Amino acid sequence: MNSLVLGIDTSATVCAGVAGAGVVLASGSVPDSRAHAEQLMPLVQRVLAEAGTGLSELEAIAVGVGPGPFTGLRVGVAAATVLAETLGIPVRGVCSLDVLAVQAVEGGLVGAAEFVVATDARRKEYYWARYDPSGRRLDGPHVSSPQDLPELPRVGAVTDAPLALDAGRLAAIANDLPDAGLEPLYLRRPDADVPATRKSTLLPPRVTTRRVR
Amino acid sequence: MSGPLVLGIESSCDETGVGIVRGHELLANEVASSVEQHVRFGGVVPEVASRAHLQAIVPALRRACATADIDLSEVDAIAVTAGPGLMGALVVGLSAAKALAVALNRPLYGVNHLVGHVAVDVLDHGPLPQPCAALLVSGGHTSLLAVNSITSDITELGATIDDAAGEAYDKVARLLGLSYPGGPVIDRVAAAGDPRAIAFPRGLTATKDLAKHRFDYSFSGLKTAVSRWVEIRRRDGLEVPMADVAASFQEAVCDVLTAKAVDACEHLGVDTLLIGGGVAANSRLRALLEERTAERGITLRRPRPALCTDNGAMIAVLGSEVVGAGLRPSSLELGANPGLPVSTVLVGADRNGR
Ligand SMILES: [Zn+2]
Repeated sequence: MNSLVLGIDTSATVCAGVAGAGVVLASGSVPDSRAHAEQLMPLVQRVLAEAGTGLSELEAIAVGVGPGPFTGLRVGVAAATVLAETLGIPVRGVCSLDVLAVQAVEGGLVGAAEFVVATDARRKEYYWARYDPSGRRLDGPHVSSPQDLPELPRVGAVTDAPLALDAGRLAAIANDLPDAGLEPLYLRRPDADVPATRKSTLLPPRVTTRRVR
Repeated sequence: MSGPLVLGIESSCDETGVGIVRGHELLANEVASSVEQHVRFGGVVPEVASRAHLQAIVPALRRACATADIDLSEVDAIAVTAGPGLMGALVVGLSAAKALAVALNRPLYGVNHLVGHVAVDVLDHGPLPQPCAALLVSGGHTSLLAVNSITSDITELGATIDDAAGEAYDKVARLLGLSYPGGPVIDRVAAAGDPRAIAFPRGLTATKDLAKHRFDYSFSGLKTAVSRWVEIRRRDGLEVPMADVAASFQEAVCDVLTAKAVDACEHLGVDTLLIGGGVAANSRLRALLEERTAERGITLRRPRPALCTDNGAMIAVLGSEVVGAGLRPSSLELGANPGLPVSTVLVGADRNGR
């Protein structure tokens, strides 16, 4: 059994990859972080071709559910869930930071201590989670300002040890990571204001000013 | 053979719709609405709507297939709303549609939401006489269209220059302390009122405005006029006659909507007027349109209310029309366009002729 898995992640850039029996067969990303909906499916087709396989051969789909910018995140989760539904195969959501943590351990970016994976949450905040030296998540994910992060070595997009997610690795290790569900890890409530009391539409009292000569 | 089996996905605002048609025959129309989640905000919150679309899309797909009694593998083509609408909401449906098209290896058609509102009536009343005029009124749009060909030649004669008609209903409902969405509730309260009690303004109907804005609408001045009227009553300690205010406001909206739509028919020399969008279900709008179109020998067409509001069937049937016209599918690199003009029926034809 070679258990072909398609991996998708849109928590930062658009990434897709294919793994068979835990080995990465193809992996790609599109650096443009704005046009997720445009680029994801063409990239999926490209990595499948590179891996010498097709959708009908897949046995599972794994998708990164963030945290990350909401609109982009939903592109990946919508595509992954509908692909799985149509192909009649299972889909598993994983925390995108967990994949980065495993990549950091494998890449020798971290030592024998606990560490933090941190990515850009905009609005001067980070998405982050804390990991043990083997890459197992101990705490998080959270969103907060950079000074609230634990005093530990840091890896990830906003740190001195930048790290880009590899969707082929995601596909290879998804089954070993905690199941994060298929609801994106938003971590923030929607931006919305309950309307305040109505503003007066009556004209304010007229005030005449006289120019002082 | 009665036409292609087309699955349509709609997610431009707060309704997640999956519709399935075979040619002009409606097989399924599943709609999941997030309207209740927007009530406390008094209007659609894009991020709330987008989150709801993602939760609703796969269940809606399943229900639509079950209702139509088909397997996804039987579908001949996928149609999806490419715009106009809310960006974050549109991309959920678009991503789902692309995944379907790729997984099934079927063509994808990214179509115009507004044109879908026009096309949907063929499901209820058969082929649309063309040319004709169409009036689309909802919480998101108010436009008057000249429809020469539903797949290739639609032009906008006019549109609202500020609020959509449905938005004006929502705002007036809020200032009267009524619930959201405002359309149905004002319609109900107005039934007990006198539409001539208060002379609210009819936007863009003065001679000087007609020169430049003959077929355009404006409802923001009307909303302000209602607000001022109510506020003065309250300031003076007088009771606010809710039914009369609702009826007079509704009359002002429907009077101007109807007058310009009938004028458009005469200007175009067409004898069919189609109405669509959520506000097309409004009882006073329908009555006034029936009265004024009948006077001039114009045939009024209106889909059943469930097809007037946003839904997937309107996208599926427009897809069916586009397939029937032999148009080329969209590219898989198709993007969502929040401001898609109504003249673009089908977006992003594949240059490689896929
Ligand atoms: Zn609409």
